[in-house]
Amino acid sequence: MSNTVSVFSGFQLNDIWFMAEAAGRTMLISAVSIVVGTMVGIVCGWGMNAGNFIVRSTLGPVLDLFRSVPLLIQLVLFYNFFPIIGWALDPFASGIFVLSLYTAALVTQVARAGIDSVGLPMRRASRSLGMSYWQDMRYVVWPIGLRAVFPAWVGVALSVMKDSALVSVLGYVELLRASQILITRTQEPFLILAVAGAFYFALSYPLSKYSQKLEERWAS
Amino acid sequence: MIEIKGLHKYFGALHVLKGIDLNVEKGEVLSVIGSSGSGKSTLLYCINALEEIQKGAVIVDGVDVHAKSTDMNKLRQNLGMVFQQWNSFPHLTALENVALAPQIVKKHSKTDALAIAEKQLRHVGLGEKLNVYPSALSGGQQQRLAIARALAMEPEYMLFDEATSALDPELVGEVLETMRMLAEEGMTMICVTHEMGFARDVSDRVAYFHQGVMEEIGPPEQIFGDPKSEHTKKFLANVR
Repeated sequence: MSNTVSVFSGFQLNDIWFMAEAAGRTMLISAVSIVVGTMVGIVCGWGMNAGNFIVRSTLGPVLDLFRSVPLLIQLVLFYNFFPIIGWALDPFASGIFVLSLYTAALVTQVARAGIDSVGLPMRRASRSLGMSYWQDMRYVVWPIGLRAVFPAWVGVALSVMKDSALVSVLGYVELLRASQILITRTQEPFLILAVAGAFYFALSYPLSKYSQKLEERWAS
Repeated sequence: MIEIKGLHKYFGALHVLKGIDLNVEKGEVLSVIGSSGSGKSTLLYCINALEEIQKGAVIVDGVDVHAKSTDMNKLRQNLGMVFQQWNSFPHLTALENVALAPQIVKKHSKTDALAIAEKQLRHVGLGEKLNVYPSALSGGQQQRLAIARALAMEPEYMLFDEATSALDPELVGEVLETMRMLAEEGMTMICVTHEMGFARDVSDRVAYFHQGVMEEIGPPEQIFGDPKSEHTKKFLANVR
């Protein structure tokens, strides 16, 4: 027995730290993508609502593309495309780039629906008070419209956070990738995936709880 | 004074206003009556440039409303408007609803804007509802809130677009009462309305619109007592 070489080693306390760090990276890549994607998405949503025919007929198909092609394919395509044009991005930057675009495509529809939900009569009422187009947007349309679609936006944010696991295919060591590494070493997939699941839950739950609180406050 | 000269308005091929000539003096209360689709609401939207016009002119205190050089946002401050749908801002309290435009458009300080808002809300009888959200107000209260919101810009003219048509019958009275109060205070008002009692009792003049044409205009006694146009007679016979 003493002569056998142990190839696999069991799950240790240190591995929890390894996973926690990876969870941090999942959070980082998700947070950046969600923030950037939401800002781009709101602008695009406004373009889809208020833009002329040219804006809408350009933006629409492009965003449809990002919404319709599986994220996994987008990631692999982009990651391999950039070096071809002589612009080597690391997995982290590529992941953020693709995830942000993907988020933007989803948020665009959400934001457009929100802006659309504030009807012409309401907008005429604010304009009749002397508000400019942008004052109407800033103080009336966005607060009303974006609140109306806030639950849908939270849904997008949570799904992007989970979809960020796909960035693992580029070699970026986020939570899923870290789990795969540990599974290879420990051969304990059940335990490790359960821990990874718990981490994902710990990341999602506060956001969904917080959004619930916000909605309750707005409803009162 | 509001001067409307040879005003034509089209929605695509639809000719909605067919050459309207009309003057409204300071302090006057004009009621505009007529069946749906007669163009009377569109007339109001043309006065504060919420709709563009195709021909003619609207001149408010000497300013050509539809001229390219006119600052529409400035002009509209002087032309308060109340709509059929009250359009309260749902995310703001009654007080904030009224204070918003004075603060961001007229650049009053927040304190001043809130003071103006409180004054106007008390004026329309909503002094008890200052910190209530619109969702907790009845239709009649929301419409009075809309009136207060328009008044807070201290306009010299008020345009009412069927302000009571969307209200439950038992709530119409309180809104008409508020409008009557404004008329008595000397506000210049153009009221598109289906309330014949209000038109008869409160207005200085009544105009009857039929298919984009102003068929007849005159004192209420004449329009209701001795209408000249056949269309007016028929309309009045039907609404009575």
